[in-house]
Amino acid sequence: MAEYSAFSLLKNALNGHRDWKPAWRKPDPKPAYDVIIIGGGGHGLATAYYLAKEHGITNVAVLEKGWLGSGNIGRNTTIVRSNYLLPESIRFYEFSMKLWENLSHELNYNVMFSQRGILNLAHSPAQADDYIRRGNAMRLGGGDAEWLTPEQIARTAPGVDISGSARFPVVGGLLQPRAGTARHDAVAWGYARGADRRGVDIIENCEVTGFLREGDTISGVQTTRGEIRAAKVAVAVAGSTGRVMKLAGIDKLPIESHVLQAFVSESLKPFVDGVVTFGAGHLYMSQSDKGGLVFGGDIDGYNSYAQRGNLPVVEEVMSEMVAMFPALARVRLLRSWGGVMDMSMDGSPIITTGPLPGMYLNCGWCYGGFKATPASGFSFAWTIARDEPHAINAPYTLDRFHRGILIDEKGQGATPRLH
Amino acid sequence: MRIPCPYCGPRDVGEFTYQGDATVTRPDPASTDQDGWNRYVYDRANPAGKHSEVWQHSGGCRAHLIVERDTLTHAVGAVRYARGSATKAAARPAAKAAAKKTSPRKPATRAKAGK
Amino acid sequence: MSGRRIPDGGRIDRNRPVRFSFDGRSYSGFAGDTLASALLANGVTLFGRSFKYHRPRGVLAAGIDEPNALVTVLRGTKREANIPATQLEIYDGLVTESQNRFPSLGFDLGAVNQLGAPLISAGFYYKTFMGPVIGPLKGTRFWMFCEWFIRRAAGLGRADHEPDTSRYERMNAFCDVLVVGSGPAGMAAARAAAGTGKRVILTELDPVPGGSANLSGETIGGKPAVDWAADEAAELAALPNVRLLTRTHVWGYYDGNTLAALERLGDHVSSQHAGEARHRHWVIRAGTVVLATGAFERPIVFQGNDRPGVMLAGAARRYTAEFGVLPGRRVAVFTNNDSAYQAAAQLRAAGAEIAAIVDTRLSISPAARDLAQKAGGELLLGHAVSATGGRGALSGITVQQVDASGGVSGEKTNIAVDCLVVSGGWSPAIHLASQAGQKPKWDEDLQAFLPPEPAQKWLGAGAFLGAATTAEALRGGRAAGLKAAGAMASRAALEKVDAPELDPHPAPVFEIRADGGKAFVDHQLDVTADDVRLAHREGFMSVEHLKRYTTLGMATDQGKTSNVPGLAIMAAARGISIPEAGTTRFRPPFAPVSLGSLAAERFGELKPDRLTPMHDWHIERGAQMMPAGLWHRPQIYGFPGETLEQTYVREAAAVRESVGIVDVSTLGKIAVQGPDAAEFLDRVYTNMFSTLAVGKARYGLMLREDGLILDDGTTWRLGETEFLMTTTTAAAGKVMQHLECLLDVRWPDMRVSLTSVTDEWAGAAIAGPNARKVLERAVKGTAVDNDTLPFMGIVRGEIDGAPVMICRLSFSGELAYEVYCGAGHGTHVWEALMAAGEPFGILPYGMEALGTLRIEKGHVTGAEIDGRVTARDLYLDRMLSKKKPFVGSAMMDREGLADENRIRLVGIVSLDRQPLGGGAHIVEKNSRDEPNDSIGHITAVCYSPALSKYIGLALVKGGKARHGQRAFTADPLRGRYGPVEIVSHHFFDPDGSRMHG
Repeated sequence: MAEYSAFSLLKNALNGHRDWKPAWRKPDPKPAYDVIIIGGGGHGLATAYYLAKEHGITNVAVLEKGWLGSGNIGRNTTIVRSNYLLPESIRFYEFSMKLWENLSHELNYNVMFSQRGILNLAHSPAQADDYIRRGNAMRLGGGDAEWLTPEQIARTAPGVDISGSARFPVVGGLLQPRAGTARHDAVAWGYARGADRRGVDIIENCEVTGFLREGDTISGVQTTRGEIRAAKVAVAVAGSTGRVMKLAGIDKLPIESHVLQAFVSESLKPFVDGVVTFGAGHLYMSQSDKGGLVFGGDIDGYNSYAQRGNLPVVEEVMSEMVAMFPALARVRLLRSWGGVMDMSMDGSPIITTGPLPGMYLNCGWCYGGFKATPASGFSFAWTIARDEPHAINAPYTLDRFHRGILIDEKGQGATPRLH
Repeated sequence: MRIPCPYCGPRDVGEFTYQGDATVTRPDPASTDQDGWNRYVYDRANPAGKHSEVWQHSGGCRAHLIVERDTLTHAVGAVRYARGSATKAAARPAAKAAAKKTSPRKPATRAKAGK
Repeated sequence: MSGRRIPDGGRIDRNRPVRFSFDGRSYSGFAGDTLASALLANGVTLFGRSFKYHRPRGVLAAGIDEPNALVTVLRGTKREANIPATQLEIYDGLVTESQNRFPSLGFDLGAVNQLGAPLISAGFYYKTFMGPVIGPLKGTRFWMFCEWFIRRAAGLGRADHEPDTSRYERMNAFCDVLVVGSGPAGMAAARAAAGTGKRVILTELDPVPGGSANLSGETIGGKPAVDWAADEAAELAALPNVRLLTRTHVWGYYDGNTLAALERLGDHVSSQHAGEARHRHWVIRAGTVVLATGAFERPIVFQGNDRPGVMLAGAARRYTAEFGVLPGRRVAVFTNNDSAYQAAAQLRAAGAEIAAIVDTRLSISPAARDLAQKAGGELLLGHAVSATGGRGALSGITVQQVDASGGVSGEKTNIAVDCLVVSGGWSPAIHLASQAGQKPKWDEDLQAFLPPEPAQKWLGAGAFLGAATTAEALRGGRAAGLKAAGAMASRAALEKVDAPELDPHPAPVFEIRADGGKAFVDHQLDVTADDVRLAHREGFMSVEHLKRYTTLGMATDQGKTSNVPGLAIMAAARGISIPEAGTTRFRPPFAPVSLGSLAAERFGELKPDRLTPMHDWHIERGAQMMPAGLWHRPQIYGFPGETLEQTYVREAAAVRESVGIVDVSTLGKIAVQGPDAAEFLDRVYTNMFSTLAVGKARYGLMLREDGLILDDGTTWRLGETEFLMTTTTAAAGKVMQHLECLLDVRWPDMRVSLTSVTDEWAGAAIAGPNARKVLERAVKGTAVDNDTLPFMGIVRGEIDGAPVMICRLSFSGELAYEVYCGAGHGTHVWEALMAAGEPFGILPYGMEALGTLRIEKGHVTGAEIDGRVTARDLYLDRMLSKKKPFVGSAMMDREGLADENRIRLVGIVSLDRQPLGGGAHIVEKNSRDEPNDSIGHITAVCYSPALSKYIGLALVKGGKARHGQRAFTADPLRGRYGPVEIVSHHFFDPDGSRMHG
């Protein structure tokens, strides 16, 4: 497959772009593979890529029930950051950040990761202390973070209401300069293309309908395109985790599927540079390269597999948008959508061997899965290849809930809707 | 989404707070069966389809309701009080008046939301 | 004005001229004009520049589906971007400007992009801009450098940063029948439903109801259709059970038949009165919805189809019939269906010359032939427009023979025209029906997606269901209206419609394929037919991949004109049928909605302010207030010239030396009453409450089910079956919900009632060695000596005539009392206490001093109880009763929670006499190294007047085991580092002799 470059683009432009090949093949499934990955989303594709690249395991199939990247990789607010509090999280997301920083080169695909920063606005002294604690944890953990005064915020993000008369005055802000946004679909496509060219079969429109077993051990899957066998079957299906695991007889998990809405405004000339979050509520927003403001807030707060939400959250998110940027009241909402989130009981993910022999599980991303894509794929591939976790995913076990070794960034306990 | 509160009538979802899966059972308070407690606190069936769940009418009468709802379509089915005593009256859709009499809460005990 | 205006007809008022400006030039139109119709009447054809190639663009449509003619409206200094000129009603003094061009619309430097057009095909950016792998531009730097330019080139209109000062409002509405769309179908539905007496809401996105009746030229019931519509609308609006909303588009169909609509109240007038809302956000709960949203006309994709002067046929009819504007003098018609023949006849009747009718079909209906004859001009069957010509605006078209698949051949005929009207068939506006998630159905005859099976309670009527005639719309509308109202179908005769009997079925031709220039599918985002084929070649074949790879349908018009043609081109490339190629799921909003309208009354007031009863007193005494959740609390009562630290130290010292008073009204207060109240408290607190004597209070600790701390506070036993629970300010709501849930769901048999009484009581804490003396002076009706009111005792009495409840408890470590009275007496009692304290120099103190006192005492609060700590982490083990189970008792001993090396509560003392910082971390080595191993963090800091040191509380690995050790603070965010000693968190009076005294 041709390398992508300015040169190849120029060459193809001269002949009407007639020679470009598909970014990934459309193979029929083989009867057996070394590894099957269920879920052709960001994490599944990244896992396949790193299995091939880092571990030389190329006899791999990625099974996707719909079109590639149709899950949360294709419906998120594109934010990449590692501004976490707890050491386990910092280690994992910093690892991810470092992979992001070289990802376009790694994949020879421009995923448009742009490090324009993320700014968390703080609105009270107590919140400032919380954010400073987090920023210090990031710095001591090897990441980057800065504290901005309201005056610096006014320069960084013009239009933010920093007036003392605001209902929630801005007292400062935590900036992670290396954070930013990436083109979400391109991440899926780039990993797919990278995995494909190393021999991985990416099989779309192939829904898993059951698992094959030899004794207690999982030995493959039944699909809408026939039986496929593999010694190792990995599940990376995010919001569909409950559904797929039920097919394997795992009836209960520390996961609830919830719907999260996201929003895009009409296209505007540059209004805001980086990502800004509002602390007196829950809101994150940035502006895409095409000019749309991309933003979101809380999950709707009830179990759902419907990929669509309801009005109360829409109204709440818009209210917070115009509280943070009073100029935006005149800007118009263009699109909205919903995604199904695998909300875990402590807000942190699960990347582990098991729970059945021959099986590997990657889930519980809540609504922070996008930024984790490279590290999730990297560490899940490691776990599958070596049957033991990498240092970065070692804390993300399934039994940590029962054992009380929780990684609870928000301190909300076993209430998924609050994570 | 609208939930027909047996006490207040049909109300917007924004008035309610979700309290999760209604099928989990709390072990006997004195139970030391760790697995039972773990199942209660952490493990969820998380079905795609029919789901029996607890909602509090936090912006209304504050009663907790058991709502049968489909997680694929958001269609709301039967709604009843979580408190067993009022179950029968509440289960009948037209029993709003009757439900009032057997309401688990007197209006005086209705607390203000969001305190 | 050029001679484009027809002498009479249409909705415009020729007696009311309106002056407006576009790109700095002043024009005149009439009341009732849109910006598009008024500019067309003035001979303006160039409205904007396209997104990517900056090609000149005119107006393609006449309504909400317009992709090209977007403008920015300026009101004073306020800008509103991306408004379709087709929807913008002109008013006197309207100022508008075009977008995405520099320096001017006529001469746009961005048009240089057209030279590089072959390079910037769909998805080109994924293949380049990655930059070098090594060197100063490695990583993301080169991309970010390129992106800087891309971001500035992209985007349409500009939004400024000045706050919007408009008002927005929300309206909650309930109706039996909501009818969306006021064309003949909607009008008939509303009429039928209203006749049954049901409550009906009828919405229309245009300023004038009537829909297609306003442009059809047909007669209904013997009247011109436009008059019929006006009469019907007037009659409906006069009915008491009907609400007619114009300038209102229903944009969201949510669960439970909840629909959202936007009514534009202020956009069409030059000014509004103070307090009037600019937009109104309607939330409509409808029993049944009748969707009569009509259909959108599709263009045909051909070379040069974006040239200003190329317009949809239905739009041309609207400009002619509704606005009295001829879109061209010499017009050609290009179609694959009969409906465009009506356009031809209407344009001709209004005075345009029809140069040719170009139809891809080989045969047409007799009715169409009649219309062609009326229109005049050459009828070219089996032909297609294969190219257009003109500099800036259209000057001519090239016509060739076409086959059934859109391929052209044979001789090229050039026809000089200044306007080409196009019809590629109609797509029902199924957006709202599709929002519920069902897949639409493809209709092969109509070559269109029809609405899915209803997932919610709605019925359809008219063109929305594919109906092609007004008679069918009236029939379907009435039937739907009656059914929605729960009434029997009617057999009564309907108004007679005079209309030509056209063939409703278009030929399945979507694209005219000819070598040469660009053929646009999505006009606004410059997606061409070749882009669609490139996507196919690269494997982006599913409709969602197509959309995402090419950006097809992502523009402000949301693909209303481009979805089906794009899909058809992809289907052709794949050699499959259109429905096999896929369908798009529509999501809210149907058309853009202002963010301000959705915030409505919360714009400018996001959340309520919670004020204590003594709030005004604090303000009068110069308190500096600080937020605590939604509450406003005094932070300090400073003197002029004092620093924050000087003030709180002075306030805290006053408490330790004599007496102070603090407003504690914000504490959560819950009345726990009933025969099982004591048992209930035993279950929810870690310690015993059933053993508590009446008239006594106890400090209690509450865990979550998972064994971690939820909250703490004191609970007072006021009677055998009556308790008053207090919670921390922050956790009040959470605790209430936690308790209610347990009671309602887990223990329904318990006879306990819970009432939040936070707002019913005002609270003041009096603390300090002279606290008792203050009370002695103030309180009547009870003694307050140590025997009557021992530590944790409760008495009732009176202060200056107001009944009070006093509990002797201490957060500060001093002799202290909490005095509660009815909220209405709060300030009165407060002032009486101040007066009684005067001889002792009583000082009001704020949150900072309160925090200082509690830190000195080692009391924990929200900063430590952050949802991740256990009772043992805070050395509150003694609170964990072994005599009974309680919420969290079964889970609190799990291995992860029992680990000795968890971060646990300690005190720290600054050794360099420098202030400590909340949020700083603790490290073992005095090093500014990053990374560094954090062993914990500081939760609270102060300068302690009692110890004359900077001290703090911290959570540190190992906790007590580190007492006496030296460590260092690390606060890289603020660049502060310094040595500390780890000590017990009980800094001051550890044996409690002062508060017990």
